[in-house]
Amino acid sequence: MLTWLAHILHWSFLDSGSVQTALLVGGSAAVVCSVIGVFTILRGYAFAGHALGDVSSAGGSASFFLGISPLVGFLGIAGIAAVSLEFLGVRRAREQDVATGIVLGAGIGLSALFLYLDTTTTSTTGAAVMVMFGSMFTFPVSLRGPAVLTAAVALAMMAILYRPLLLSMVDPELATTRGISTRWVGLLHLVTLAAAVALAALSVGAVLASALIIGPAGTAVRISRRPGLAIFLAVVLGLAAVWGGIWMAYESYYWFAGNAWPVSFFVVTIIFLSYLMSVPLQYALWRRIAKPVRMAANAGG
Amino acid sequence: MFDTFMIHTWIASTIIAATAGILGFFVVLRRSAFAAHALPLATFPGAAAAQLLGIQPLWGLLGFVTIAVVLLHQLQKLGRKDVAAGLVLVTLLAVGSLLLSMTNTYAPAVFSLLFGQVLGVSAADLWPVAVIASVVLIGAMGLYRPLLLQSAFPELALSRGISAGVIDILFLALLGLVTAMAMPVVGALLVFSLLIAPAAAAQSLSARPLQALLLAVMFSMGMIWLAIALSFWTNWPIGFFVGTMGALLFTSARMFRYIRHRWFSTGLPTTMKNQSMKLIPAAQPGEA
Repeated sequence: MLTWLAHILHWSFLDSGSVQTALLVGGSAAVVCSVIGVFTILRGYAFAGHALGDVSSAGGSASFFLGISPLVGFLGIAGIAAVSLEFLGVRRAREQDVATGIVLGAGIGLSALFLYLDTTTTSTTGAAVMVMFGSMFTFPVSLRGPAVLTAAVALAMMAILYRPLLLSMVDPELATTRGISTRWVGLLHLVTLAAAVALAALSVGAVLASALIIGPAGTAVRISRRPGLAIFLAVVLGLAAVWGGIWMAYESYYWFAGNAWPVSFFVVTIIFLSYLMSVPLQYALWRRIAKPVRMAANAGG
Repeated sequence: MFDTFMIHTWIASTIIAATAGILGFFVVLRRSAFAAHALPLATFPGAAAAQLLGIQPLWGLLGFVTIAVVLLHQLQKLGRKDVAAGLVLVTLLAVGSLLLSMTNTYAPAVFSLLFGQVLGVSAADLWPVAVIASVVLIGAMGLYRPLLLQSAFPELALSRGISAGVIDILFLALLGLVTAMAMPVVGALLVFSLLIAPAAAAQSLSARPLQALLLAVMFSMGMIWLAIALSFWTNWPIGFFVGTMGALLFTSARMFRYIRHRWFSTGLPTTMKNQSMKLIPAAQPGEA
């Protein structure tokens, strides 16, 4: 039975070194992004999270001609973008949309220049596709350590920020009287978000990075209103999407006669379908709750 | 720079910049920057799909932009608007990455779809741009008053019989048309810069709707002209110039407003909301 199952699932795919690296790096990206994603969605920062991913593509493309690790490039630019977002007033609800848009536009512009420099100054081809749509199966083994370290630091940050961040989201005035600087907590959340986005950009690509931030967390907060449970659900969903996507991409080589489909496509499709399925599930779960409460809960964002 | 082969580029980009400036005014007013960013990227697979099916790229783009508009509108009704925009964007982009992997499109083509290929505009490319721009202009003129009222006072617009849902889908449709028109020329990511930065700068400088609208069009056209010229001289991608100039324009507009307020105490401009109050009596003149 087990051998039959192993045969069906091609478990031998776990023996491949590049698959192991993809599972490890992609898995850490999924966990970190899902945890931070819940706070990001609840704060109404989905657009900012998406913008950080797109902007980080500038770092990814710069890493080619600077000869540095792509992770460092993604992290550096996403960090700078997070601070600029705060500086342009992303915290003020009235300004958030435009501030994010401006940082996003400038970052994309830089990315265009760096990708151009990649093609003119180095012999790199396909940098645009790799940076924008990810390259999960081509990670070097040396990436494992730094990626897991980044994920661990980001998770530790979120553990520290958990209570002050929730309190400043729910009741900023109460948080201030408790001696919490809402400004600092907000900035630290953005910087940690930037680290998570950088990991995601490395895995599924810069323009698809926000799928890991928005998708699992967006589905989880539909199903549970309790932050702890929502985080747990998001992590399970995120891991299922990334690992399932890696497995399907690996298998697709056999399904489509040697034409493997991209990993990012499978990951994002799983995420999108699970969000769609959460809609009827939410209504089934919440049937007992009065309609106005449901509507108020859905009106956010 | 003004050789015959560049003439088409100048004409096409001027039309695109003007249309983007007008629509960008509403994007900034309605705080729909995420939708304005999501639509062009969600349209991106259209080009690859057209290549697979062997049809004109424009039909592929129009097809995917229609899918994106409908999906976005439906998902935004179901839950959080920003989550909906993000998911539509990444899902259609992922489909795009799949289609690209099937067509064996080489990297420079992907680059130009994302960041634009302004220097390769032919006379035949001008027709769709001109036709779609006129449709969008007529649509924007017809929608000007209800759109402005609905963006500033949703409840009041509702009491006047203007449905938020209808306005929303019409607005997204106009945005989609601009996207499909501009994408082959300026690329998916640049359309967004042209939509946001000029309009955001204009609205920081003026609170009068019409004045801000004209200012946005002027900024947008000035930006793309300067960007084409700089791109022509340096050979650097036009996306770099539009993106960074947009950020510069916005920060200088904000600084100008701040200085005017601080040193000359002429006061911050009143909000667009207060100015839109003037629209209310005019909206239904015959009413008691």
